[in-house]
Amino acid sequence: MDFGPFLLLALMEGLVTAAVLALTASGLSLVFGIMRVVNVAHGAFFMLGAVLAWFVSEWVPGPPALSFAVALVICPLIVGGIAALADTVVLKRLNYEPEATIVATIGLLYILEQAALSFFGPDARPVPAPLNFRIQLPWFGYSGYKLAVVVGAALVLLAVWLILKHTRAGLVMRATQIDRDTARAFGINVDRVYAGVFAMGAGLAAIAAVLIVPIQQAHYLMGGDPLLLSFIVVIIGGLGSLRGTLVAALLIGLSDGVISTFFAPTLAKIIATLVVALVLVFRPQGLFGKRMA
Amino acid sequence: MLRLDGIDAGYGAVRVLRGLTLSVAAGEVLCVMGRNGAGKSTMLKTIMGQVRATAGTIDLDGTRIDPLPAHEVPRHGIGYVPQGRRLFGDLTVAENIEIGLMTRARDARVRDKVLDLFPRLRERMGQISRTLSGGEQQMLAIARALCLEPKVLLLDEPTEGLQPSMIALIRDTVVALKSTGVATVLVEQRVDAALSVADRIAFMTGGSVAETVPAAGLHPNAAHFAAYVGV
Repeated sequence: MDFGPFLLLALMEGLVTAAVLALTASGLSLVFGIMRVVNVAHGAFFMLGAVLAWFVSEWVPGPPALSFAVALVICPLIVGGIAALADTVVLKRLNYEPEATIVATIGLLYILEQAALSFFGPDARPVPAPLNFRIQLPWFGYSGYKLAVVVGAALVLLAVWLILKHTRAGLVMRATQIDRDTARAFGINVDRVYAGVFAMGAGLAAIAAVLIVPIQQAHYLMGGDPLLLSFIVVIIGGLGSLRGTLVAALLIGLSDGVISTFFAPTLAKIIATLVVALVLVFRPQGLFGKRMA
Repeated sequence: MLRLDGIDAGYGAVRVLRGLTLSVAAGEVLCVMGRNGAGKSTMLKTIMGQVRATAGTIDLDGTRIDPLPAHEVPRHGIGYVPQGRRLFGDLTVAENIEIGLMTRARDARVRDKVLDLFPRLRERMGQISRTLSGGEQQMLAIARALCLEPKVLLLDEPTEGLQPSMIALIRDTVVALKSTGVATVLVEQRVDAALSVADRIAFMTGGSVAETVPAAGLHPNAAHFAAYVGV
């Protein structure tokens, strides 16, 4: 294949990575931005979404599109419910102290992974794709489902942006993010907002997982890479900045696609890590983040 | 209307309020004065439930509000203008107002009534609030609290760092609210500002009220101010 089409293929692969990464990382960024909680269990919520999608694909009869649609609705709700419960039972009791919540979410990660190992088993399991068609370009054919993943992720991200900017719930979240004490002085139930945001963050990770699992397979340890890449994205973009998260996800996703295709996936990770190091040295608040007071 | 009785409160092991007792009636302006560290701002935070009272009671129209979670307190009709304004700085003027309206499910009629008091805010509804001038920020902080249609308004040093015309506007607003029956607790360090609106002045020292006197009989050079405020 010539260089041009090869580059196009690499960019398309990168776009799929970027879309799923943006979705996953936006959940992490949302939780940090509003709650100031570094959620180490975020990758486990991603994994849980994929594993639950496999269970749904096994239990729901009919065509794969039906079980996929069911999974796309049910999995984020279940994962969000678990996250809200974890918030109420664990994080709230720790008064959202930064150090304590990091340790607590490490514990949560371990519990969720072990639970998945117990109920799901150690093997990677495939989930059928809901769409099975190829888009034939002049140089190569490309999976229609992968492009659907990009469109789906973009739609969900658009919905998140609309919720945050143009709904009453979003206004309450933004006010809580700015000053939780003053928010309370205006009748905002901050505990409820935090539970909702933690659920929403986990739900976004679960949606990303349901979208990607037909391409990747479900496995109880699959949350590690998305967690690492999400941290890379939110550090580069700026913790708590949704716009920064999207830009950084595109940057990391596309560079990952191109470098992995032309060189090696390991080199892509090395370069991403190097970019993080440079950002931490020269702009610790990230490209779009604000300096902490 | 609002009564604090024997309130103890503080931060961790540090006790700031010690047996604090005071009350304010409907349509009354109670000014609270005292030196830094006397516990004035802590008293307002305790009323709002942001600092928990460890002893004593807070009653609003016969309902105890001290056991309530902080977010329930404003729904009973207490508006709060914190020290330093504490606006939601990244939100627009309109969004700050909206937050105030949400607190007790008030509608656009209330918003219009509040904006009539501060017409300059009406011209800046789309502006990010942290970009407003200091005086406009204070207007917004007060407007946001008034959107609750409060029975009691708590103002923590609202004239701090403002120019005379803005101080006059705030004084006029407090006087206008007084005539509508709103009870106001005003924490103030400026003697002239206090005397221009207060019905009574409570002097705080060491976390409790040392003395409460009618404002009408006080002269700006009265010994009370030297003794309790240090001016």
